[in-house]
Amino acid sequence: MMPRFWPMFRKEFIQMRRDRLTLGIMVGIPVVQLLLFGFAIQTDVRNLPTVVLDESRTPASRDLIAAFQNTGNFRIVAHVDGRRALDRAIARGDAQAGIVVPSDYARRLGRGTTATVQVIVDAADPLASQAAINAAAGVAQMRNLLILSRAAGRADVPLEARVRPRYNPGLRSPNYIVPGLVGVILTITMVLVTSMAIVRERERGTLEQLIVTPVTKTELMLGKITPYVGVGLIQMSTVLLLGRFVFDVPLTGNVLLLYGIALIFVVASLSFGLFISTLVRTQQQAMQLSFFFVLPNILLSGFMFPRQAMPVLFQWVGLLLPLTHFLKVLRGILLKGVGLEALWREVVILTGFAVVMIAASVRRFHKTLD
Amino acid sequence: MIQAAVETRGLTRRFGALAAVRGLDLRIETGEVFGLLGPNGSGKTTTIRMLCGLLEPSEGTALVAGIDVAVAPEQIKQRIGYMSQRFGLYEDLTVAENLDFYAGVYGLSGAARTERLADVIAFIGLSGRLGQLAAQLSGGWKQRLALGCALLHRPAVLFLDEPTAGVDPAARRNFWRAIHDLARQATTVIITTHYMDEAERCGRLAMMSFGRLIALGTPGEVAAQVGGRTLEDAFVILQERDER
Repeated sequence: MMPRFWPMFRKEFIQMRRDRLTLGIMVGIPVVQLLLFGFAIQTDVRNLPTVVLDESRTPASRDLIAAFQNTGNFRIVAHVDGRRALDRAIARGDAQAGIVVPSDYARRLGRGTTATVQVIVDAADPLASQAAINAAAGVAQMRNLLILSRAAGRADVPLEARVRPRYNPGLRSPNYIVPGLVGVILTITMVLVTSMAIVRERERGTLEQLIVTPVTKTELMLGKITPYVGVGLIQMSTVLLLGRFVFDVPLTGNVLLLYGIALIFVVASLSFGLFISTLVRTQQQAMQLSFFFVLPNILLSGFMFPRQAMPVLFQWVGLLLPLTHFLKVLRGILLKGVGLEALWREVVILTGFAVVMIAASVRRFHKTLD
Repeated sequence: MIQAAVETRGLTRRFGALAAVRGLDLRIETGEVFGLLGPNGSGKTTTIRMLCGLLEPSEGTALVAGIDVAVAPEQIKQRIGYMSQRFGLYEDLTVAENLDFYAGVYGLSGAARTERLADVIAFIGLSGRLGQLAAQLSGGWKQRLALGCALLHRPAVLFLDEPTAGVDPAARRNFWRAIHDLARQATTVIITTHYMDEAERCGRLAMMSFGRLIALGTPGEVAAQVGGRTLEDAFVILQERDER
């Protein structure tokens, strides 16, 4: 069966090995991406630069400001003495939040009427301001509870919700980002590399000589993508190992199962690239089309932005991307430690992607020059 | 009647409104060295590509080694060898790796493969350069390597599309010696060329102009049919007529 697969495979393998630059990029990309995403990208916003306008200047107001600071969300960079200076600091970007304690703060607090504190947040960046808004609300709520319980003569608050963030108790960003990064890196490199596969031969003039031989379309396609399966698995191992030892990302579940499913995902990604390769005439077009495919993968798969927040239409579009399904597998196995019983649907879908795309590529590719 | 190596009837190929080859009728016998001659754009390359199954004919039929190209293009591929105008081998593979790859793709294996590779390497005289990357070879050596790769599976018909373009005279002479050797072993060779001295070395010639066959026969006969004393005269007459 498929006697000409091995010569094709061997040829691609030698060419891949000899193309040092591409090989270096394929191995280097995961390392650079991981360090970038792992260190630079933190979704929990802390230490927002904050200016304070304390018009009350009492122990009570200083106590309140300390409470804000203790949340870790606000980093006080300056005390100002007027509303105008505060507004200017936020407008110029020196600070992203401002806390205003009015002059009657301590008086109202002591009298039992509602004391107000104003928190101004630069919401031009909603993601950053959201954390500050939540923290500010939290500070007020805690103080209210404390004051009310004391007034009611209770030692403890009447109700407490005990939230257990399961699977990622520290709510750490790397635990969320690193598993997803495995899928993103595989998608980018696998699609990009194979989208060049056939056009490169066409551009170099080697395709003409190749298609006058009895090699079949399937042998040609499979021979071309198989060597890159190995590259994909090496990339994945790199990210997982660095994630484990540099970012402390747990490997909770069955790693062997993860590799098994990753193999299917890699083949699915490669076959998307192969399909792109049959659509284009030049390597440049292949590159452009690949990016066109990769971008929705990053935005809609749930790698960085929660899919639950997307309009239904885009949730559906997301389901058409293999990465969306593979992310469930990655997070499921690495963080939750679940097995095939929870992931078999994803396995079926990924296998479907691979089979359909290889069949579509074989169908689209003709062993003729027109 | 013995089977012809190539037989075409009314073979036509259009690209949009342009007819690159129009109603070509040819019969090429086994063991011939047959030349396709004509100015650029006369349809030589399109003809060869149709005969190799690289382009589908728009009309007409073509039988190569007894097989219809429109019906079973894949079956033809085991019986033909092809060298394109442009060097079509892998420049990032060595001479040996290129030969090895094509031996595999043509389905050679075991002792037969080893033996055939040794024969072909000796025939094209590349034994001293097996470890060199194809990119480092000169034009003449590249062409010999391409010939070697096209011969590995002992094709019945060998198609050579301007094989000696950009090759020095000494290498061209060696190349033609090899081609006549092959013809003596009953390989049919079909070759396109620009060079008159090469056309003279063909047993028979077909002269094409604007996609049509305008003269057919030995080099002398073709010259006479076009109205020149020599083949070169004939070619110049033809080209001047085309340019008007």
